[in-house]
Amino acid sequence: MKYLSKVASLEFFPDLCVGCGMCIEVCPHGVFALENKKAVILDKDRCMECGACAGNCAFGALKVDKGVGCAAAVINGIISGGEPSCDCSGKSKTRDCC
Amino acid sequence: MAELKFVKPGAQEKASACCRPTQSAVQSPAWITGTLMTAEGAIPLISPDLTRSDYWEHVKCRTSAFRNSYVVNPGLYAIGAPGKNSDILVSANYKLSFDALRKALKGLNAWVLVLDTKGINVWCAAGKGTFGTDELIRLISITKLDRIVDHRRIIVPQLGAPGISAHEVKKAAGFKVCYGPVRAEDISAYIAAEYKATREMRTVAFPFIDRLILTLMEINPAMKKRYPLYALIILAIFGLQPKGIFFRDALVGGLPFLVLGLISVLSGALITPVLLPFIPFRSFAVKGWIAGMLFVILSVKFTAMFNQMNTVLLIFTYLFFPLASSYIALQFTGATTFTGMSGVKKELKISIPLYILGIVVSLILLLFYKIGEWRFI
Repeated sequence: MKYLSKVASLEFFPDLCVGCGMCIEVCPHGVFALENKKAVILDKDRCMECGACAGNCAFGALKVDKGVGCAAAVINGIISGGEPSCDCSGKSKTRDCC
Repeated sequence: MAELKFVKPGAQEKASACCRPTQSAVQSPAWITGTLMTAEGAIPLISPDLTRSDYWEHVKCRTSAFRNSYVVNPGLYAIGAPGKNSDILVSANYKLSFDALRKALKGLNAWVLVLDTKGINVWCAAGKGTFGTDELIRLISITKLDRIVDHRRIIVPQLGAPGISAHEVKKAAGFKVCYGPVRAEDISAYIAAEYKATREMRTVAFPFIDRLILTLMEINPAMKKRYPLYALIILAIFGLQPKGIFFRDALVGGLPFLVLGLISVLSGALITPVLLPFIPFRSFAVKGWIAGMLFVILSVKFTAMFNQMNTVLLIFTYLFFPLASSYIALQFTGATTFTGMSGVKKELKISIPLYILGIVVSLILLLFYKIGEWRFI
């Protein structure tokens, strides 16, 4: 299953990639592969913007606008004027999510 | 292993109380079967076997709005008979996550490090950062992990990766983060393969059964919070007569719409998620609308309730209920394993104005109907 096409904010800077393969290890959707000792993006539409690759790339070769793909969280963010949040970090018990 | 010895439950309550004040405050849970004495203090020993009461808690976790209370105290636990070279596996302090891990560790000797994720599962907590680099470094430090084991590797579930920077953990705490498989059940195979996960172990699927289980958390809030309000409004609209509010009118006139409301909830919160890959288009709002429209058409055509229905109400039916189903289906993006924020934002940008417009027009239609009913025109 894939979500909307051509919306993922994932960016890859091949010049910074050393081919360590960490992105391949952490990506839950098999977005990356290793070709000629460098990472390549196989299918950007599979990216769910979890941020695992960017956060674990020690060389800054990946960038993604990380966030939750949750409508309730995004709506909460619009209402409260802040970041999308589904408030399940224990602060509020009025709404349950994810 | 020479410095380790096992102690029966209860015998070391004082020793554990000093390092775990919160744990001693409540009765020790049944899955703690003893205490493992180490040079660094007493470590609770946990059972890899899940009991009936564990499974009952899982049912409640999946359905109840009080699932925030199914937490495990953060800290270090022992499973089997771990020693200085045993693996350390990291988990969240959500009971379901913790139970999945200890069940998967049956037959292994390992350490389990539970982070304080406020009772949230690994993946969601990693997204929020509570299952994060700082929390992992903090737990490594307070449990004196560097003195408990001789090696310097720590197995973090792969779905914890959004919150963790492996290179920063290494720099700050000296431990090398090895990302384990996505599913706890693959852990023994991963360890046996010398910390290598297959592509399949690294990938998240979203099978039928997972989608079905997760619909419970969609249906529950929709029925508890939104549906009663909707039902009240419908009953008020149909019961409202020039001479007051009549219960009989409310019920007779409102019943088809109460049923349609229920159908919309089921269409958006159950049918759309379950049939997700089979409903055309990638947008959840569109999928939900299609499912909703289909059910509305079927209901109107094949149930007697809608025979000779007022045209204005029929237009309202075709307008409002597919949109309700669409909105509810859109909420399921939060439960899926593959929707990203950019996509959700794009969907909302288009759909929210349409929902608002739909509600406004629906209310105008109902008003129009009421005016007609009261024969003012």
